[in-house]
Amino acid sequence: MGIDYLGVRGRIFDIQKFSIHDGPGIRSIVFLKGCMFRCPWCCNPESQEFHIQTMMRDNQEKVIGEDVTVGQVLRMVEQDRAYYRRSNGGMTLSGGECMCQPDFAYALLKEAREIGLKTAVETTGAVNDEIVERLLPEINDVLLDIKHMNPIKHKEFIGKDNILVLENAKKIAKSKVRLTVRVPVVPTFNDEPEEIRDIVQFVKTLPGVEKIHLLPYHRLGRDKYTALGRSYSLDHIEPLSNEKRKELLKIVSDNGLKGQIGG
Amino acid sequence: MKPEKYEILKSPRIDRLVGKLFEKMPEIEADRAVLITESYKRTEGEPIIDRRGKAFAHILKNIPITIRDEELIVGSATISPRGCQVFPEFSYSWLEAEFDTVATRAADPFYISEETKETLREVYRYWEGKTTSELAASYMMPETKRAIEHNIFTPGNYFYNGVGHVTVNYGKILEIGYEGLLEEVKKEMETCKVGDVNFVEKTHFLNAVSQSLEAVMEYGKRYAALAREMAKTCSNGQRKAELEQIAKNCERVPAKGATSFYEACQSFWFIQMLLQMESSGHSISPGRFDQYMYPYYKKDIESGRMTKEFAQELMDCIWVKLNDLNKVRDAASAEGFAGYGLFQNLIAAGQDKDGIDATNELSFMCIEASMHVMLPQPSLSVRVWNKTPHEFMMKAVSLTRTGIGLPAYYNDEVIIPSLLNRGLTLEDARDYNIIGCVEPQKSGKTEGWHDAAFFNMCRPLELVFSNGYDKGQRVGIETGDVTKMATFDEFYDAYKAQMNYCIDLLVNADNAIDVAHRERCPLPYLSSMIEDCIKRGKSVQEGGAVYNFTGPQGFGIANMADSLYAIKTLVFDEKKVTMAEYKQALDDNYGRGLSREKTEEITKEVVQKLLSQGKKVSEKEIVQIASMAASYGTSKEQKEKYDALLELIEKIPKFGNDLEEVDAFARDVAYTYTRPLETYQNPRGGWYQAGLYPVSANVPLGAQTGATPDGRLAGAPVADGVSPSAGKDVSGPTAAANSVAKLDHGIASNGTLFNQKFHPSALSGREGLENFTAFIRGYFDQKGSHIQFNVVSRETLLEAQKHPEQYKALVVRVAGYSALFTSLSASLQDDIINRTEQAGL
Repeated sequence: MGIDYLGVRGRIFDIQKFSIHDGPGIRSIVFLKGCMFRCPWCCNPESQEFHIQTMMRDNQEKVIGEDVTVGQVLRMVEQDRAYYRRSNGGMTLSGGECMCQPDFAYALLKEAREIGLKTAVETTGAVNDEIVERLLPEINDVLLDIKHMNPIKHKEFIGKDNILVLENAKKIAKSKVRLTVRVPVVPTFNDEPEEIRDIVQFVKTLPGVEKIHLLPYHRLGRDKYTALGRSYSLDHIEPLSNEKRKELLKIVSDNGLKGQIGG
Repeated sequence: MKPEKYEILKSPRIDRLVGKLFEKMPEIEADRAVLITESYKRTEGEPIIDRRGKAFAHILKNIPITIRDEELIVGSATISPRGCQVFPEFSYSWLEAEFDTVATRAADPFYISEETKETLREVYRYWEGKTTSELAASYMMPETKRAIEHNIFTPGNYFYNGVGHVTVNYGKILEIGYEGLLEEVKKEMETCKVGDVNFVEKTHFLNAVSQSLEAVMEYGKRYAALAREMAKTCSNGQRKAELEQIAKNCERVPAKGATSFYEACQSFWFIQMLLQMESSGHSISPGRFDQYMYPYYKKDIESGRMTKEFAQELMDCIWVKLNDLNKVRDAASAEGFAGYGLFQNLIAAGQDKDGIDATNELSFMCIEASMHVMLPQPSLSVRVWNKTPHEFMMKAVSLTRTGIGLPAYYNDEVIIPSLLNRGLTLEDARDYNIIGCVEPQKSGKTEGWHDAAFFNMCRPLELVFSNGYDKGQRVGIETGDVTKMATFDEFYDAYKAQMNYCIDLLVNADNAIDVAHRERCPLPYLSSMIEDCIKRGKSVQEGGAVYNFTGPQGFGIANMADSLYAIKTLVFDEKKVTMAEYKQALDDNYGRGLSREKTEEITKEVVQKLLSQGKKVSEKEIVQIASMAASYGTSKEQKEKYDALLELIEKIPKFGNDLEEVDAFARDVAYTYTRPLETYQNPRGGWYQAGLYPVSANVPLGAQTGATPDGRLAGAPVADGVSPSAGKDVSGPTAAANSVAKLDHGIASNGTLFNQKFHPSALSGREGLENFTAFIRGYFDQKGSHIQFNVVSRETLLEAQKHPEQYKALVVRVAGYSALFTSLSASLQDDIINRTEQAGL
């Protein structure tokens, strides 16, 4: 008897079906709870803490976070197989940072592949490289966030530097996995043309990466901060103007990469 | 092949034709009514089939004709664009009663001049006691009429109008013309021997057919003469040439077979339009246009005598003409069929009778035509199966993305077996097309009576709670005191018993109407193009068609599934609520105030009680009682109790979220309608088959439905089609589709209807189209039968409600059809806005 991967337990806070902007085709996203970053613009602030929380929704307390087995998750994911098959879609692990629960993430990916599903991972890349190495063979697509090239500014805004992120980016790019780089563009943090240019020039050095997605900052997560009893520190920030979006997109294409706005 | 390959530039003519068509409010014209009355007066006492043939001929000979500016395809039923004729032989009193409100009503208003009113009043005097609707009413049992009065079901469509809902054999007429068909009739006549048992009926029928066909050919010639005359005085050289070509076309068709694509288009149009002159039945569906038109297209393109651009322009012209036909309905039906729709369903792609994919260039051009005209007609459909070319799907989906609500998608892999199960041959089943909203049938062989009634599946549940009584009258059967039912099975059995009883009455109503049409309005012209009428010497109304069905549609499955599941869970499994408490909550509309209907009902009950006690009640006293009933409130304490109950209900799993237990329940609930129904026969020698779709009747009929155990308040719309209740499918479009696919679509062979609303962001880019195509295919892989989409943002719809003048052309998917959003009543608009919107997440 091998290891019972289906029985491995982990903590998730949502499974979202019919996702069409997070990897190829129609996908189900499994959101794992807990993250090492504290990005102030995070649109899923309830994803950051690993512990189970309560949040006010429609004047009712809602429990965020649930411990489940790999088998339970896959039963839900399996329900949409007809759509994955027709669209080349599959399961995407997101978070939080899914690699913060490496055993659970590994078991999910492995068992999904075992039953013929394609897998993708949305990650910050800021984990120990052994974890990345262990997970990579079970992944088809990686969607990696690169937020800033300057480690000091990275740490100042997010709470941790970017050294692991960049190292893992190189590692993933060298593997057989298809890598797409995504950049959340946040005014005052990284929306200066040179800041984006630095990222683009780094991505150019990654073998096999063709595409950069620019994800403009939006405020859709704001109410969640209040619901969690937290304050939202970006109230003063205006979303990116259309001109700015175009200007930044042009930097991507000028460097010979395909760019797109949004996932 | 890229879909772009099939992008053909739109001729500037098309926008001008569309503009003219929508300049004014549509108008009611009296000519047909006057002419049919003249003819009927002259033929008093003759056999009905003779009278119908003569009347049709008299109309076609004398009705005013017109060729509109810039038209390439000619033939108009009315002088005013989008106008309508009226059909007193079916019913008339409703229109007379609504003369002064028809122009100002919310849904589908029509202008009517004082002169027309006067003429019609005069004409109507003749018709008293002579209509199909009066005869049908006289054939119905008193309990049937009571059920109709109490809105258990409404057979209104054919009760007051012609039947329509047919696809004739267009291809045959295009090929041999009416002269060829007349030849067949003559030959058939020669086989009749005076001693034959059916000699009398058959010869009279064949004579009526001949007379009708002669009249149709002559009608074509009238257009030829008019075009020639207009050409003479036309100073614009290009238009003059066009008119001369029109004259040539109409000299030839529909009398003779078409020799070119243009002639085939003109011939098609005469057939399509004149079917709607003979009878007021709607859903006269062109069917597989891309198939029967293709040989003409292919020949003209290959020989180089026609460009693709011109072929497209002709098709666009037909698409515009399909919006030129119109029909006035009574105010209540107008709500149920809102949007001026005639449901002329035209379907592209799919497989041929041998099971080979039949998608061709015209299939693409049908989609293109709808993109060009951007109007609700034709109700464009596409057939999908495993071998449907991917690029065709992409083309279809790119039309969906425009937000026009077209096309509707149909699954060959479900519909073909379901038709086989109803006795069609394999070849016929593979060659199906869609009638009206969602109803499959084989063209040229079927009298399907596809839209025979709306059956509200919520009302029998109300009858369980009231032990068969409604508004103080016995409407259902007595199934006992609901509060004394000991098990869920007992409760469910009571529901089934009420269902069975109501279905019985429904069949009585439909069969009464069926017989009335046979006796008063047989249609020789239509019948001549349906096999096997000529051979059998019978109209379709008398059972002349090869396949005969009656298809009344049930709706409210989602409400009933959620309701029964809530009762089972709360009352019987978890015992959190007693049945008495539940009943009280429903009677009090969960403490949310009484609806107007409920107020009326209570007033009536009180008054009746007083009268039965021998007391006199004055008008003043009735007003007092009504105001007392209206202000009848719920105590704070009670209200809190109801709120707690609603909260409990809210937490119970709902249909539409891919949850096994409740979905299985929905499947079973649907069987309470579909299974009993298929055991009944109709008077034409065919069988009943259920549909599960509401057109837009879920809104007006919801207004007549009390609170339901799923937490739905009194008067709120009932769930539409097989779709989940509005706002209850909260797990995304795939989960909703998976739930819906778990119903048995195969047994509902008169069609099921699944509506989904998407935000445009879900379809952006080539990738968006790919995913959307995959979504449809994924649903169809799981044996869903039909799906359609509204792709429009909520904001846009709210804006359109506020500023209707700026959104005159906004087309949305209503039910089995698309309609101009601003022509819908406010409550229906709200319903569409509130359907769960599925964004791409």
